[in-house]
Amino acid sequence: MKIVYTDVLVIGGGLAGLRLAIGAKRRGHDALILSLVPAKRSHSKAAQGGMQASLGNVAKGQGDTEDVHFEDTVRGSDWGADQEVVRMFVNTAPKAVRELAAWGVPWSRVRKGDREVIINGQKVTITERDEAHGLIAQRDFGGTKKWRTCYAADGTGHAMINTVADQAIADSIPVHERKEALSLIHDGSRCYGAVVRDLITGEVSAYVATATAICTGGAGRVYRTTTNAVICEGIGHAIALETGVSALGNMEAVQFHPTGIFPAGILVTEGCRGDGGLLKDVDGHRFMPDYEPEKKELASRDVVSRRMEEHIKKGKGHKSRFGEHIWLDITLLGEKHIHTNLREVWDICHYFLGVDPVKEMIPVRPAQHYTMGGVRTDPSGQSPTLKGLFSAGEAACWDMHGFNRLGGNSVAETVVAGMIVGETIADYCDKLANTPTVPLGLVREFVEREQAKLAAFTKGGGREDASLIKGEMQDLMTAKVGIFRTGKDLEEAVDKLQKLLVRSRSIGLRSPSLGANPELVTAYRVQRMLKIALSIAYGAAVRTESRGAHFREDFPRRNDAEWLKRTLATWKSESDTLPTLAYEPLDVTRMELPPGWRGYGAKDYIDHPDTPERQKAVEAIRAQYASDRFAMQKALMPYEHLLPEVLRGKNERIDERF
Amino acid sequence: MAETSNSHRKLRIHALRYNPAKADDTPRIQTYELEEAPGMTLFIALSEIREKQDPSLQFDFVCRAGICGSCGMMINGLPGLACRTVTKDLPADISLAPLPFFELIGDLSVNTGKWMRGMSEKLETWVHSMGQSTDLKRIEEAMDPALAEEVYELDRCIECGCCVASCGTARMRKDFVGAVGLNKMARFRLDPRDKRTDADFYELVGDDNGVFGCMSLLACHDVCPKNLPLQTQIAFLRRKMVLQGTKG
Ligand SMILES: Cc1cc2nc3c(=O)[nH]c(=O)nc-3n(C[C@H](O)[C@H](O)[C@H](O)COP(=O)(O)OP(=O)(O)OC[C@H]3O[C@@H](n4cnc5c(N)ncnc54)[C@H](O)[C@@H]3O)c2cc1C
Ligand code: SF4
Ligand code: SF4
Ligand code: FES
Repeated sequence: MKIVYTDVLVIGGGLAGLRLAIGAKRRGHDALILSLVPAKRSHSKAAQGGMQASLGNVAKGQGDTEDVHFEDTVRGSDWGADQEVVRMFVNTAPKAVRELAAWGVPWSRVRKGDREVIINGQKVTITERDEAHGLIAQRDFGGTKKWRTCYAADGTGHAMINTVADQAIADSIPVHERKEALSLIHDGSRCYGAVVRDLITGEVSAYVATATAICTGGAGRVYRTTTNAVICEGIGHAIALETGVSALGNMEAVQFHPTGIFPAGILVTEGCRGDGGLLKDVDGHRFMPDYEPEKKELASRDVVSRRMEEHIKKGKGHKSRFGEHIWLDITLLGEKHIHTNLREVWDICHYFLGVDPVKEMIPVRPAQHYTMGGVRTDPSGQSPTLKGLFSAGEAACWDMHGFNRLGGNSVAETVVAGMIVGETIADYCDKLANTPTVPLGLVREFVEREQAKLAAFTKGGGREDASLIKGEMQDLMTAKVGIFRTGKDLEEAVDKLQKLLVRSRSIGLRSPSLGANPELVTAYRVQRMLKIALSIAYGAAVRTESRGAHFREDFPRRNDAEWLKRTLATWKSESDTLPTLAYEPLDVTRMELPPGWRGYGAKDYIDHPDTPERQKAVEAIRAQYASDRFAMQKALMPYEHLLPEVLRGKNERIDERF
Repeated sequence: MAETSNSHRKLRIHALRYNPAKADDTPRIQTYELEEAPGMTLFIALSEIREKQDPSLQFDFVCRAGICGSCGMMINGLPGLACRTVTKDLPADISLAPLPFFELIGDLSVNTGKWMRGMSEKLETWVHSMGQSTDLKRIEEAMDPALAEEVYELDRCIECGCCVASCGTARMRKDFVGAVGLNKMARFRLDPRDKRTDADFYELVGDDNGVFGCMSLLACHDVCPKNLPLQTQIAFLRRKMVLQGTKG
């Protein structure tokens, strides 16, 4: 049996995994990254739009602070987020952007003087300040009060991951590419690493570590129509779930992005609307102001996606041979803007649709986009139930997005979480008591169990087809567990998914090789993906309210009285066909921002009994500390003690020096 | 949207098959027939072949949107990104082969990632701040907006390997850093945050495995799917390195 030893095993080479590994390595611990693909090809590469951080450099971002970013994020989450974690995040985001700037990310910069932009369909002149010249620029994004989204033209994620991956190379961090973690090695209370399969040779080996971090990104491919890359299959989520101990939080919270190109689902960035693009119906009518007079096209993603589907249901979609869609019109932005700031959008339209967005409108329809749910951790990134297991990035639920994440908050989260959890993990490894005595018998048992499972596909005599099962699962998820949900649809989905899970236990292969074999990969992944699909569908079926991206037509109101709580899914036994659900309440009495109206979407919700009293207390504190926002924040909800010491401290801005 | 009139062509995809891990395997061409669909890309076509006809066919797709650089392959003899190649732009007979030069994993899949990591280690493709530390609480250092855009332009490389696959020098010299490597040097040279001097860059690319190995035939420039200005960048870097070389 081959065993690789390291201090920190990082599963996933996207932005979160890379930054976390760099943090651990710089603190003197050996870190090793596993990735399905070369690190720079991770899906972080695809982020076009940008990264939120309250720098307040541009004129339209003036007055932005952590406080505004905090409120936008909590409202966006529909009060599902952990407010302490949001505070940790908003305070670290400016530091993250500045660190990346020092490392070499070619952020777009502010030019002083006048420039013309499109706001609300109108040309407007903005004057940038002299003292902002050359500082990092921000653009507008959905769900934000200020212009806060930092960007590198329209290749933000690309530029970020290039830089961070190259830093990891500079720090001599090995990335074992084309390797897949198949399961976590654990004894029910502590994690010792992972069983790993080499995707080139098929070899199965063990990676043993003091600390293991799941940074495997999203699970969008359980859906048919998604903006996610083909490798975003949620295997990291699944191996945590399969421990039976580690829980997945809020899996029913799935985000749909308004502008996937139709029908391929490839994303065109929110920057299109942020920069002034409009959504139009079959009659060429701009319909968003009819529904959302305040934020219009720039309401949060869940709201815009629902409004688009609602409008299509009214018969206002454009009918094409593939089905109905809405139009995204960016022609008003002009050729120059499109060719410099939205070139990736132009490329996508040109290569995948044969459309020139300078002259023509783009066919779009909402597509699955982001997995808010993930491996449940505490604010430091550690699993509360499985010692030695950590998680960061889209795969994690520490929970800063609640039931809906804001555009630009995710790549920001990956780097911020990497910074924070990198420190936590280093602290953990510093403690001698945490160095495990490796239970070799257990390691062998886990490796052999995975080998036996793989052999069963080739020799087990099963007759089910892996691709067919996968396709049925994806169709079910898109049709029944999508943007509009009902009890009836969800129950049907849960029932059918369970049957698929049972069938997946007797998959047989047409090409029975244990080496490089794409069919074998589909087979073992689909079994795991079904557990993720079931966690989403079952969680959604049980949650009889609407919150953020989870919208129940039969329960359209947010119900804080009964549902201000986080879903925790565990998978108790291999023979189960459903996850076990438990709920963790959110404590209103400690919230800095008690639940209220989001500022867009439905105004109708059921209050939590503690809300009015907390609201009064909060108002009193706000009045008392009106002159000092830092003291006020501290009195409302102290959080700084949760941050690693190196990451604490105020952030300087043009308008806020210290 | 663009819908094709000849959407029901029969396509014949001739793929080079070879699994180097199998002792008895020999390279061969295998032909798959399938019906063209509107808007079909080679990603869609190959995925369908794998799902319906041959689950063992190896190839690499990740983003399927032309941005990650995974799917470089020889398409009718020319290197390109398969995911953003639309079948309607191709004849009904389409021949596919793995990119040459790189280590073959199997069929259409090659190990560009391993090569790129080696190149990055060799050329140290990161900003060398030379010990200058940054206080993350303070306002970032300003950078000329136009310069930031220029750096971004050169940073757009997706490490797909198409340039190397088309390069005559790479065919002869296995340690040649390729247009991808030279472009990266130009990118860091331009970046004011990188404190290396031309003497440092000369150490890295001032030889026949670097800028002096390039024959300027510019096959790379023509195939780069991101349209990077490889021609001007290589020429510029060469002039700077010649200058540095004569300085001794
Ligand atoms: C099209 C698109 C555009 C986006 N645009 C924006 C934007 O503008 N702004 C924003 O903030 N967010 C955006 N997002 C979201 C954001 O990009 C992602 O949430 C974020 O990049 C995820 O980073 P990550 O490091 O968590 O995971 P990823 O970058 O997805 O990396 C996951 C890593 O895990 C590895 N992995 C997975 N499973 C295994 C396994 N079993 N074993 C070993 N390795 C494994 C993969 O190889 C990969 O290296 C966008 C997302 C999409 C889909
Ligand atoms: S320079 Fe162009 S062709 Fe070469 S690796 Fe980069 S993107 Fe690909
Ligand atoms: S110009 Fe130089 S790098 Fe480009 S293909 Fe020719 S020899 Fe190779
Ligand atoms: S699959 Fe990413 S570029 Fe083709």
